[in-house]
Amino acid sequence: MTKFSDLTRMPDAQGHFGPHGGRFVSETLSFALEELEKAYMSLRDDVDFQAEFDRDLAHYVGRPSPLYHAQRWSQQLGGAQIWLKREDLNHTGAHKVNNTIGQALLAKKSGKPRVIAETGAGQHGVATATVAARLGLKCEIYMGAEDVERQKLNVYRMRLLGAEVHPVESGSRTLKDAMNEALRDWVTNVDDTFYIIGTVAGPHPYPAMVRDFTSVIGREAREQSFAQIGRLPDALVACVGGGSNAIGLFYPFLEDEDVAMYGVEAGGDGVETGRHAAPLTANAPSGVLHGNRTYLMSDEGGQVSDTHSISAGLDYPGVGPEHALWKDVGRVQYVAANDDAVLAAFRELTRVEGIMPALESAHALAHAKVLAPTMRPDQHIIVNLSGRGDKDIHTVAKIDGLEF
Amino acid sequence: MNRIDKRFAALKSQQRRALIPYITAGDPAPQHTVGFMHACVEAGADVLELGVPFSDPMADGPVIQKACERALAKGTRLTDVLDMVATFRATDAETPVVLMGYLNPVERMGYEHFARRAREAGVDGVLMVDMPPEEMAEVAPLFSEHGLQSIFLLAPTTSPSRAATICRHGEGYLYYVSLKGVTGAASLDVDAVERQLAPLREITDLPLCVGFGIRDGDTAAAVGRVADGVIVGSALVSRIAENAETPETIPAALKAVLGDMRDALDRSDGR
Repeated sequence: MTKFSDLTRMPDAQGHFGPHGGRFVSETLSFALEELEKAYMSLRDDVDFQAEFDRDLAHYVGRPSPLYHAQRWSQQLGGAQIWLKREDLNHTGAHKVNNTIGQALLAKKSGKPRVIAETGAGQHGVATATVAARLGLKCEIYMGAEDVERQKLNVYRMRLLGAEVHPVESGSRTLKDAMNEALRDWVTNVDDTFYIIGTVAGPHPYPAMVRDFTSVIGREAREQSFAQIGRLPDALVACVGGGSNAIGLFYPFLEDEDVAMYGVEAGGDGVETGRHAAPLTANAPSGVLHGNRTYLMSDEGGQVSDTHSISAGLDYPGVGPEHALWKDVGRVQYVAANDDAVLAAFRELTRVEGIMPALESAHALAHAKVLAPTMRPDQHIIVNLSGRGDKDIHTVAKIDGLEF
Repeated sequence: MNRIDKRFAALKSQQRRALIPYITAGDPAPQHTVGFMHACVEAGADVLELGVPFSDPMADGPVIQKACERALAKGTRLTDVLDMVATFRATDAETPVVLMGYLNPVERMGYEHFARRAREAGVDGVLMVDMPPEEMAEVAPLFSEHGLQSIFLLAPTTSPSRAATICRHGEGYLYYVSLKGVTGAASLDVDAVERQLAPLREITDLPLCVGFGIRDGDTAAAVGRVADGVIVGSALVSRIAENAETPETIPAALKAVLGDMRDALDRSDGR
């Protein structure tokens, strides 16, 4: 029993993480969620299901992903040793596939022939289209029209994989609007459709279910720490949009009190400018969106705010409800990295270690750059390198004044 | 007695069906809404559902999404919607008004503050689309204390045990969503609706009103034969959209749609 043991027993039976979470949906979705909850609860402790999940993670995704000691970069920064959890090396190039494998297996077991998903940067859409192709499921992806524009490569990847991609023109034309549209699709096609949510948000049981699937990251990292460092790390760093890669890394370390955790939100032009996607860092008030109560960027009248980030994957006004609780109890410190610092970190890791990170992951790297020099060389930081940067080459090239 | 209960009691004694129009407050601009509300009453509306515009209307189809966007573009906030109800009440003390929308604007205003302001404005009921009874434990007493009735949705997919819970918590009337989908979706199957309403009648005395898919006199009359009331939203909001550039023509357009429905309902009254 440690100070943080209670945190490992969340959520409660109704999906609440303290005051956050829950199931705030239209009645038209209640049945689908009850059905999903039942299916998940019966399979999460099912030995065969877990074995199939683990087998797919090993042989299809390529797990375990390495824990790589970024020695040269650590030396340059002149402080703690930085270790990269290489989720960029997964099949499809990001951590998202851990979750989609789990949910697609669930879809198959539930006899649903069609899957839908929302996507921001396109990584979750690609990961969903990938597993759908493999399992022979019909797949439709909702993506904000603005994101379709800035992530053309991933849109084409999804189409090659056989998915239909629907650009969403409503609202701010980004991730939150894609999620609205996916929910509308689900309400309409609830009989034959499984909605694969890509982050630890949404109505219960999604936040808990996605956390469980994605926690393979932290379980491996914890074992690898003992094997490679000889002890637990001193700090963990991961980027937070909805927050699934961060929860995946953090969750298995929750009770390790001496392991500090930093969730890095998208600071955009700077939290003080209002043009950001950092609800926790900006102390946004509690709100309700997409089926859960959480900290949410909204105006005084309760209208959800437009967000800004260089990375489409973090461009979301809310955050998973479990992160909201972790902020409340002080288990995780939430900070923001601004676009310019993110770009600098992107370039630096590419040049110093020969690893091109996703712009999302570069948020975590940007904070590691700040953190490492404040620590001793015999201390260790694990950074979740949640995805690779190929998809962002167009965005970076554009900033450099190049067009392909 | 709450205005909603009073109205349904009167309808019952007259063996008439309720006609319940929905419009989005502030669409196409805030100054028109009160006039539209009066026009609906003149055309025979029994209860008014006034939509509170929201940036992310997840349960709504494109027609009401765009209405929200138009209303928000003109700066319509929840406080403005409450002011509209107060203005409407100054000249109509009888017609029940239900605020319908999503939770976040209310959450941001604060439940107690909202409940007080809503009562002062003359609101009778609240239907928060994304707040099921399970999440209302703390809020429901506050609403009751201020005389606000909690209206809930029921869907074709609602399980019998959930239906029992919803009927236990529901007040005023129950809003039965006639089909799987978002507002403004395709046509509805009246026979199926009738079959689905039957078990609900066993467990509740609340009036059962049906929405989604009601677009004209014929569909209204068909549903009116099996339900206690019909709710019409997208069919009205489309008229508002078509005439958004000439808002002075909208009251007549709304009256035309509702008038047909009223006549059709009254012709087919009695069960």
